[in-house]
Amino acid sequence: MLAVVGYFEPWWIQILKAILIFAVGLQLVPVVLLAERKLLGRFQSRYGPNRVGPYGALQPLADILKLLTKEQSRPTTSVGLLFAIAPLISILTAVAAFAIIPFGDTQDIFGTKVGLYGIDVSIGPLYVFALGGIAFYGIMLGGWSSGSKYSFLGAMRGAAQLISYEVSQGLALVGVVITAQTLSLTGIVTAQKGMWYFIPQFFGFLVFLVAGFAETNRAPFDVTEADAELVGGYNTEYGGGGFASYYFAEYLNVLVVSGIVTTIFLGGWLMPFGIHPPGWVDPIVVLFKMSLITFLFIWIRATLPRLRYDQLMSFGWKVLLPLATVNTLVTAIVVVAVH
Amino acid sequence: MLRSYLPAIVFLVLGGAVGGAFAVLNSVIGPRRATPHKQDPYECGLPSEVKRGMRFGISFYLIAMLFILFDIEVVFLYPIAVELRAYGSYALTETIVFIVLLFVAFGYVWRRGALEWR
Repeated sequence: MLAVVGYFEPWWIQILKAILIFAVGLQLVPVVLLAERKLLGRFQSRYGPNRVGPYGALQPLADILKLLTKEQSRPTTSVGLLFAIAPLISILTAVAAFAIIPFGDTQDIFGTKVGLYGIDVSIGPLYVFALGGIAFYGIMLGGWSSGSKYSFLGAMRGAAQLISYEVSQGLALVGVVITAQTLSLTGIVTAQKGMWYFIPQFFGFLVFLVAGFAETNRAPFDVTEADAELVGGYNTEYGGGGFASYYFAEYLNVLVVSGIVTTIFLGGWLMPFGIHPPGWVDPIVVLFKMSLITFLFIWIRATLPRLRYDQLMSFGWKVLLPLATVNTLVTAIVVVAVH
Repeated sequence: MLRSYLPAIVFLVLGGAVGGAFAVLNSVIGPRRATPHKQDPYECGLPSEVKRGMRFGISFYLIAMLFILFDIEVVFLYPIAVELRAYGSYALTETIVFIVLLFVAFGYVWRRGALEWR
């Protein structure tokens, strides 16, 4: 069962489609960045960026240019090499995780079958969790190597928070895997033909989403960079290119979590009520669902205040973990009983 | 089968190019006017006394140990979850025993107060 993997194409198609999907992801990041600033502005009864380009549409470009023209400086207390590669680790893990989001079924394009995803492997969610585990080093090394106390505290908090919520996040998906009987993400989408998993796996969905907020260090779990107490947290000492890298990684991670939630719980490219549109609609459906989840991220950021650190930890261990475990247990019993 | 990971490697190369471009462009375009005070770590108030080898809360280590324990359990649950239907009630019993054992350990950890943040 585990050995059966999705179809894969000739190597040149694999490379071409990887470049294409990466380009799309690269374009989505500034869109999310602008959407967040615009929406946060509206939530707070102001306009948000509206000076650069029509409706402020070129604001992300201006931000990047400004960051790149900043002086590159690092504190004398920092560790040079680690300080330089830490943001790169963050970017690499986010980008690699983006590869697994399926944007559609395998399509016939010019006579060859092409799967509309970067990779479709037999380990699916485990690949995402593995990269999440490495992403931890991006934050940890960045904060530690800065040699500043705000960075250090931010990194320690971030590390403990990431590993605490990763347990619940992993457990939340076990129920889905039991129901779908596969770890391949396209397989999980096809298994949702009857009903999208956010209905039978509602608690798994909730736990995964909440843990996803924590894993991406987004409000209300952004204690890693709690501006009010830690200045900027793990990236206090970063400016210019390093800062740009961290922000790129953060927004790409938001997209990745949206994509995983869409794939696993919201039926991926499937349309409701059994509508079967032609294959080229699939990516649009996926992107639409992803934008809904991304909107939820921004909405929650505008709504909820930041949790206190002890509340955050006890919420993860004492609420989410038991909930995810009970969900797994009940799913296992129901599935075997029905079977 | 490792061939199916090829796109992921392409993603890694392209992602490295973006991150590298940020760093290289920044060091080419950005000015360099370093002064001793500019290179101090950020501080607000007293001079920073943080050393990298400094001691900090034991709670962080405790959480890390708990993580290893529970994450391994999660990883063990994945293979059995895929094959649960194939092995039926036999696998179900195993899963229940496994999760109950996990809960006993969890209850112990909770009672001993390891989950209280200090």
